[in-house]
Amino acid sequence: MAILTRKKSASKKRKAPASQRTWSIGFLTLAVAIYIFYTYIVPHSPQGFQDQIQTWFPPSALNEALVWVIAALGLNIVVGYAGLLDLGFVAFWAIGGYTAGWFMSGFFYQLNIHFGSESPKHFPGIHFSFWIVLLLGALICAFFGILIGAPTLRLKSDYLAIVTLGFGEIIPQVFVNGENIHGFNLSNGTKGISPVDNIGLFGKRLGPFDLNYKYMIFVFMAALMVFISLRLRSGRLGRAWLAIREDELAASMMGVPLMKTKLSAYAVGAISGGLAGVAYATHVNGIFAERFQFSISIILLAMVVLGGMGNVWGVMVGALLIAWVNSTGLPAVGNEINSTFNTNINFPSYTFLIFGGLLILMMLFRREGILPESRLKMVLHETDDEIRNEEPHEFISEEEAL
Amino acid sequence: MALDSAPVLEAKNISVEFGGLKAVEDVSFDIPDRSVVSLIGPNGAGKTTFFNVLTGLYKPTSGFVIYNDEDITGVVPHKIAEKGLARTFQNIRLFGLMTAEENVMVAMHSHLKAGIIGTIIGTRQQRREEREAREEARALLTFVGIGKTATEFARNLSYGDQRRLEVARALALRPKVLLLDEPTAGMNPQESAVFVDFVHKVRDEKNLAVLLIEHDMSVVMKVSERITVLDRGMKIAEGSPAEIKSNPRVIEAYLGKSAEVNN
Repeated sequence: MAILTRKKSASKKRKAPASQRTWSIGFLTLAVAIYIFYTYIVPHSPQGFQDQIQTWFPPSALNEALVWVIAALGLNIVVGYAGLLDLGFVAFWAIGGYTAGWFMSGFFYQLNIHFGSESPKHFPGIHFSFWIVLLLGALICAFFGILIGAPTLRLKSDYLAIVTLGFGEIIPQVFVNGENIHGFNLSNGTKGISPVDNIGLFGKRLGPFDLNYKYMIFVFMAALMVFISLRLRSGRLGRAWLAIREDELAASMMGVPLMKTKLSAYAVGAISGGLAGVAYATHVNGIFAERFQFSISIILLAMVVLGGMGNVWGVMVGALLIAWVNSTGLPAVGNEINSTFNTNINFPSYTFLIFGGLLILMMLFRREGILPESRLKMVLHETDDEIRNEEPHEFISEEEAL
Repeated sequence: MALDSAPVLEAKNISVEFGGLKAVEDVSFDIPDRSVVSLIGPNGAGKTTFFNVLTGLYKPTSGFVIYNDEDITGVVPHKIAEKGLARTFQNIRLFGLMTAEENVMVAMHSHLKAGIIGTIIGTRQQRREEREAREEARALLTFVGIGKTATEFARNLSYGDQRRLEVARALALRPKVLLLDEPTAGMNPQESAVFVDFVHKVRDEKNLAVLLIEHDMSVVMKVSERITVLDRGMKIAEGSPAEIKSNPRVIEAYLGKSAEVNN
């Protein structure tokens, strides 16, 4: 009898927990609903409504937000799961972007290699199919993730953060100055690489205005990252990541190889940074070195922390929200305020002031993020209660805070 | 009892220096297979340092650690754990925000094979491995007497249950030697008495040797087959509980010289 019940509970556990399933179904339903809304409802609605949509929720902003989601989900594996603070995630975004630049454009005009691409055969350059470039971007970023991680992951918390910060600065600088490396043009410098090929989908070439198809492709990529995150989280590797986050020393004493496990977190995170980079290149139809700034790393980190570290759905909500505020929300609200009060304030230039303020407010009143991982929420509130209830026992609350 | 069996773990002339401080000085020591031996000594005697050398956390300044006829001096901790040397911690170090079951399953890391791709795809082999690991974890939790807490977060368990969970987690490594660092700290006398039987049960059913660091003398005397005494980094005595009780050097180390004069 006892064996029977144990088996039952074990097999029940194997499936995704009910809440995860609900969230997955909700995500896919919403994604399809948005697709139908933009493809079939908006074009047939009155002009005024169409203008409103263009001002507040333009489809291109939605696509860009999805690119941020893909990258933020990768950073969540590094920061949220394994507890490694990474301040240089933009490096992988840049490497992914340049992979797209190298392998799906006319940049290497001396060559003429076509593979699975929909672009005309007589175009010079390397033209691979978008899907193959995704794979290449993932592989190259995983390689660089391991290359960067191997010497740095021996460091702990603050030191690791500083070194990743350094790499996040170095790699974009290499691309900015990569116009002439002993005669070899790696990145075309500040001029960037443009245009990149259109995405080919079932023999169709998606032009810059086929936003709906791109939207579905980006949704698919985000869904893939969610799936990968959840699967890994519940398996052997995910447990090891969490154990390292909880207590590195105890984890190593329980047979978890620290370097290897941290590197795998870094590599998987880098892969999704690379995917985001490739997606972004096709979204803006080019790669421009100066876009890969430190602020991207910080915004990504803010997405993870504000959304809810460790919870893929929270990170997704955080990423969508911040990306929207950044690209559309702030200018739109600004215009609204300016026209109502007859002022002339340049709101988008206050982005980081508002971000900073938002972060401070969140950390004061909702440290765990918008949609926190259940376990994190518990500990943060518990600590609050303990500190409040046990004020005289300073020793205990101090230890808890650690 | 088991003292005449071959040693499963041997430390030979271990010395550890931190700068000028000699924390452990030329200590030799062995643990016979399937025995229960204890390491005692006043605070600061170097017990935990010695423990940390055995588990690979510190590299000794000189000396060797031999485990199953293999030199494991300076081998990284996770490899030592994998070979079958498991430990618990003086101040409990569980993975607080993971469930009891997950805590135990973390320690099975080295026995499980699933890779990144296999986990993402969810191969039949990976799913079977996970299921078996979970069943083994539940069985271990039941074995240490906290089977009902499997899905609770480790930090929410009571103090005694946390101590038990640490043992269950260590056992998940399928160790040949179990190192317990002050396991009865914070327990009341009744719990300590139960603990003595528990250690013997673990030894008998899991076929392993146990090394304890312990301060509670009533526990030490009851549980151990052999006791080693450290003082100021040096081994000052070794023998059966009865021998140690009457050893004048041990009494001196614990009570100071004046005690002897008063006697």
